[in-house]
Amino acid sequence: MTGQDAGTTNRQVWRTESAGHGIDRSQPISFGFNQFRLEGYQGDTVASALLANGVRLVGRSFKYHRPRGIFGIGSEEPNALLQIGSGARREPNTRATVQELHQDLVAGSQNHWPSLKFDLGAMVGLAGALFPAGFYYKTFIANPKRWLWYEKHIRRMAGLGEPPADTDPDDYAHANAHCDLLIAGGGPAGLAAALAAGAAGARVILADENPALGGQLLLAPQRVGGIAGHAWVEQAREQLAALPNVRLMTRTTVAGVYDHGLFTMVERCADHQSEPDPHQPRQRFWRVRARKAVFATGAIERPIAFANNDRPGVMLLSAVRGYLERFGVLAGRTAVLFANNDSVYAASRELVAAGLRIEAIVDTRPGLSEAAAAAKADGLYVLSGHGVTAARGLREVHGADVAPIDADGRTRGAAKTLPCDLIAVSGGWNPAVHLHAQSRGRMAFREDLAAFVPDANGAPYASAGAANGAYDLAACLAEGFAVGAAAANALGLDAPPPAIPAAVGDPVGAAPALWSVQAPKGARCFVDFQNDVTTKDIGLAHRENYVSVEHLKRYTTLGMGTDQGKTSNVAGLALMAAKRGEAIPAVGTTTFRPPYTPFTFNAMVGGQTGEIGHPIRRTAAHDWHVANGGVLTDAAGWSRPMYYATEGLTPQQRIDEEVLAVRNAVGVVDVSTLGKLDIQGPDAAKFLDRVYTNRFSNLKVGRGRYGVMLREDGRVYDDGVTMRLADDHFHMTTTTNHSSSVFQHLEYLLQVVWPDLRVFVTPVTEQWFAAAISGPNARALLADLAPEVDVSNAALPMMGMAEGRVAGVPARIFRLSFSGEIAYEINVDADYGLALWNGILTAGGPHGLKAYGTEAMGTLRIEKGHFTHAEADGRITMDDLGLTGMVSAAKEFIGRRSLGLPDLVAPGRKQLVGFIAAEGERIPVGAQIAALDDLDAVQDALGHTTSQAYSATLGRHIALGLMKNGRAMHGRKVFALSPVLGQRAAVEVVPPCFFDPEGGRQRG
Amino acid sequence: MSRRYSIWALARNALSHHENWPKAWRSPEPKPAYDALIIGGGGHGLAAAYYLAKLHGMTNIAVLERGWIGGGNTGRNTTIVRSNYLLDENAHFYEHSLKLWEGLSEDLNYNVMFSQRKVINTCHTLGEREATVRRYNSMRLRGIDAEFLTREDLARLEPAMNLSQDVRYPIVCALAQPRGGTARHDAVAWGFARGADSLGVDIIQNCEVTGIDRDPVSGAVIGVQTTRGAIKAPKIGIAVAGHSSQVAAMAGVRLPIESHLLQAFVSEPVKPFLNTVVSTGAAHFYISQTDKGEVLLGGELDGYNSYSQRGSLPSIEHVIASATEMFPRIGRLRFMRQWAGVMDMTMDGSPIIGKLPVPGLYMSGGWCYGGFKATPGSGWCLAWTIAKDEPHPLNAGHTLERFRTSHMIDEKGAGPFPKAH
Amino acid sequence: MLLIPCPWCGPRDETEFVYGEAAVNRPSDPNSLSNQEWTEHLYFRENPKGEHTERWFHRAGCHRWFSVRRNTVTHVISAAWPPGQEPKP
Repeated sequence: MTGQDAGTTNRQVWRTESAGHGIDRSQPISFGFNQFRLEGYQGDTVASALLANGVRLVGRSFKYHRPRGIFGIGSEEPNALLQIGSGARREPNTRATVQELHQDLVAGSQNHWPSLKFDLGAMVGLAGALFPAGFYYKTFIANPKRWLWYEKHIRRMAGLGEPPADTDPDDYAHANAHCDLLIAGGGPAGLAAALAAGAAGARVILADENPALGGQLLLAPQRVGGIAGHAWVEQAREQLAALPNVRLMTRTTVAGVYDHGLFTMVERCADHQSEPDPHQPRQRFWRVRARKAVFATGAIERPIAFANNDRPGVMLLSAVRGYLERFGVLAGRTAVLFANNDSVYAASRELVAAGLRIEAIVDTRPGLSEAAAAAKADGLYVLSGHGVTAARGLREVHGADVAPIDADGRTRGAAKTLPCDLIAVSGGWNPAVHLHAQSRGRMAFREDLAAFVPDANGAPYASAGAANGAYDLAACLAEGFAVGAAAANALGLDAPPPAIPAAVGDPVGAAPALWSVQAPKGARCFVDFQNDVTTKDIGLAHRENYVSVEHLKRYTTLGMGTDQGKTSNVAGLALMAAKRGEAIPAVGTTTFRPPYTPFTFNAMVGGQTGEIGHPIRRTAAHDWHVANGGVLTDAAGWSRPMYYATEGLTPQQRIDEEVLAVRNAVGVVDVSTLGKLDIQGPDAAKFLDRVYTNRFSNLKVGRGRYGVMLREDGRVYDDGVTMRLADDHFHMTTTTNHSSSVFQHLEYLLQVVWPDLRVFVTPVTEQWFAAAISGPNARALLADLAPEVDVSNAALPMMGMAEGRVAGVPARIFRLSFSGEIAYEINVDADYGLALWNGILTAGGPHGLKAYGTEAMGTLRIEKGHFTHAEADGRITMDDLGLTGMVSAAKEFIGRRSLGLPDLVAPGRKQLVGFIAAEGERIPVGAQIAALDDLDAVQDALGHTTSQAYSATLGRHIALGLMKNGRAMHGRKVFALSPVLGQRAAVEVVPPCFFDPEGGRQRG
Repeated sequence: MSRRYSIWALARNALSHHENWPKAWRSPEPKPAYDALIIGGGGHGLAAAYYLAKLHGMTNIAVLERGWIGGGNTGRNTTIVRSNYLLDENAHFYEHSLKLWEGLSEDLNYNVMFSQRKVINTCHTLGEREATVRRYNSMRLRGIDAEFLTREDLARLEPAMNLSQDVRYPIVCALAQPRGGTARHDAVAWGFARGADSLGVDIIQNCEVTGIDRDPVSGAVIGVQTTRGAIKAPKIGIAVAGHSSQVAAMAGVRLPIESHLLQAFVSEPVKPFLNTVVSTGAAHFYISQTDKGEVLLGGELDGYNSYSQRGSLPSIEHVIASATEMFPRIGRLRFMRQWAGVMDMTMDGSPIIGKLPVPGLYMSGGWCYGGFKATPGSGWCLAWTIAKDEPHPLNAGHTLERFRTSHMIDEKGAGPFPKAH
Repeated sequence: MLLIPCPWCGPRDETEFVYGEAAVNRPSDPNSLSNQEWTEHLYFRENPKGEHTERWFHRAGCHRWFSVRRNTVTHVISAAWPPGQEPKP
């Protein structure tokens, strides 16, 4: 009987009367699985609760859509992947073995249609012979159009669960910590390490992925210090909790090992609840810097492959034991136990005592070990030198075929069928070496364990216990205490000699490696359950010469699933080694990459999105801009108004208004975002001479000069006006985009290249608020605003400066112009920026003042032919811009040496030009300049536009751009084409200044 | 039995339990001498060998691979294929490569799963729109497909995309190359290997080149020293990506290249919900969903010279944060695997394909981020250059000498800073 | 994430710093160099697989440039020192 057939039930038919120290039988929990309502207990995982209800079939596999059940008991689970939750909280691919049960949890099976029991996708499985590993490389070989069609259908078949339906409603947090010793894993070795290091006073973090500390001690009855294992765990936990220097973290996975002692951990704060508590995160992403670390991550039991070993009812032996010991669940009624080691005999006693009927113990080893003999004496049917060759049953196990086998798993006699509903397998263990491998530790192969263990030689961090190949409980504890003490001592602490408790665990005995049992032709023996990789697939990979471990992995997809091959990688490697006739270590090992187990993206995001992730910089007048219709855009992180939306006007009409206000009256624009550097020191002028192409040392105090700096490779880098405030004091402006990189560049030159120069550079962009007023009425407005200041052309000429109160605020007034009109840039302490801005707006009314945004500013500068980064795009020289006159021949400066390199003086370079559209034509954005007026023609571009605008001043569309030999092209009629937008315009090539080329207006 | 792959071959082999498939490529012992050697058994090197044998009749050649073929950047990228470049040299080269991709599965008789699902560049400011429109217009003038997408188009193409204006970088519009897409990275290496092998090329794995031998008089290359012995050849092509500097140094050649880390990562697989490849300049990431269902993400360099193939945290944290903002539904998916490749970053962000200043020595390298999509084109041009001892017009601009004249092919205008490209 | 030992501020996370580039010294008199020599300085790099000397800028800290010797394979930092000084482990 399966749970599906049982319909609604609260009878936990497979729950034992006793056992189960991990559950609280007084707290029943109701939950849903597919269409059924089931019941479990507080402390259950979804897997243990499903098993308690007799539910075996829980999902369909990735490729063949084969029925799958619960296989393991922890994070290694390859099979039992469920969809948990619904709507925006729907989470696919959740391991049922890890998900804790909570009230009203909703779980669903995945990857089937129309239902779990009747999945049409399983047709693929039936036709599986057509779909061996890598079949898709050999078929659907077609042109890309046809492949796109095939692909659509293939994608639908793959993919496991459904993605969440909507934005995640939960919160996530980041946390940082430092410690002396990070211990990954809270089993016996981890606890012992924490006890030793904690007693020595080390700052310890002990993290375990499970809800409770204890590891293996919770999953089988063992004794430590004369008491039950789980009771000793509780004792140790209390002892550690009392130490202020020890932090115990459960539900916390050490996920990644990074450089210089950085570890990432994911703490699942609320996954055991239906939703997080108010104001609490669902998960917390930890970055921990640890001076030392101990990996006590245990070992993962490995299966032995046989035919149909993926049927629900085939489980890891340690999982079967664990479900009984911790959850009081018997995973079947009648079992065949199949193992290559003595742990099976201890297990058999516990299982029989709990009421499981054991049909047979199938031991791969010839002869009887001591434990085997004892079991036989107890009346158990022990078949030594045998193997399970096949599981019987379709949707779940109904029997096991058992036959004599040799050491390589080849059958040596006829098989007989034993009836059973559970086959529990133990093929030995693989140490969980993932973190060690992530830390670049090397692996050593231990023949006696047939497993890779951490190679301590050169390893940056220690491994202990089963993770280090010490499977015996006493050895585990001893190693744990030893590495904990050693870590503390290495940190200069004094670890007291540990009192290692006596321990009685399972004797494991010899475990001669066996990876698979010979199967009848055509049968499938699964190695990687999740990705449906069989022993035959490994054989095929070998046959086709995909024999390196990485080829095997990539060709068959072995170990590429959500379990990242925890139960399959080593087996796959071993099977390939056997095919190649080489030893396992000669074949190699695969790389383990972070994370240890998959974790939620949003945990790593930790809410660092939007403005928190990328802060918005706002000027002092920002609120005014917003309140007055400012339509904002992002400029190098700053929020700037493009224009001020006005009722009844289209954006272009409003921009025209702003432009015309500047040309005919006066406008004001917030230019605080320009980079500002305060440069002081006796060598400041000399320094600027070396930084700019033109000279600054001959600049008079109180005057400014426009300068351009180059990159060392001779291309234009940045530009701006620098004012000389005193002999040894300059105020430099940079473009908004480059303000921080120019600062860095100047510091580099001062600290590394010319340390002898006595100059200090201080970035002061945020310290100043700046507003530029420009237009024919700008002088009159300034006179009103600054009655103390002589604003006459004689006292404050172009490129001059003055200091005084503007709108009552102490200010530096720079007379410089980007618009081509009389203009003043008024700089005040940023704290008084809004006062200045409001003062200007108030005083401006009678002068016809309008605030303008970046669009009008851009239009004005295009009319004047001033370049920005749109033109100086990092490939452009001074000559390309027509600025050769600004390049001083008489001094050395950064970039000068490159000016003579062949490409910079080569003929045919693109040069800055203007384009003016024919009457009524509109120059498209991002246009290419071409000779043919044809949007569909393939033709050589003559150039391109870099920025364009409608010039209300001229009543025409204009643009700046770069054109091959542009200066020789003035007067040419060409076409500006934008095929992607279907737009074009006839344009004439003109010099790049459209308005007042003599500059009389700005000097007036 | 025929080596040809097809659905019929699969069916036929199913009857024999797939036990009669031949090797996809042989693993021969190296011969003492060849007509040409390719150092590097990644996609580029294997492609070069394939085209040398197929188009230039040079079949007595070998590919020498230090580890296993396709194990470098070929197997560590985000599998994006596109040709949306601005500058002449790159545009023509990558478009040629894209055309080769379009016929690759059939040419190789190996399904490389080239999926022309469209590559989309989102724009987040008017300035970005202008620059991107310009680039896509330049493609159209060259006869390369390009299209403009409104936000309504995007809503239809990628329903999971957050098109709200209430985010940090609201989407203004997008440009797309419909013929762009993805391909199965490993298959490219294996397909070229199988194709080259069938034409007689020796693919020699686990064979590390430890030195390049030169004639003491002429200075020309005469062969290599390897961990499997000396091998003679009058022509040697280097296609070793992040290790270009080391191998070129064996012949005394210094390169304008630095090696940097680029990371990528995938989520757990889920049912398809992303249809195209989306990349964004403002937030610096690219995203697609693999045929297995994993959400595949990549971003920018880690930012410092490295050969470690092991990534750091800040860059992926940044990518995930930005990606969840654009595609909120991925936030609750799980981060499954992270990896890194060693990128050969040049000083202008464009590759070097051509002759080196040592007679008989050629290279294809400096691929920066662009290596995967270039695979067939790179191999094709390197093969031409080796066979004819002169570059094809498609790679005539991608010389090493351009760094002597400062003829930079600088798509970003970022200047001579490898990490900036 | 690297932990970078700023000579002034002590060890700090990588995210506080900006990576400059390989520690190539600017020729004191570029004009005395041939094009070959100058472009060598501008564009060509050693790019070692192993010990690498490079410059970092402590942007979110003291605004100092300094040199770091870092292994490009293991990322182990063996020394960090201010400009003009000798490497100090």
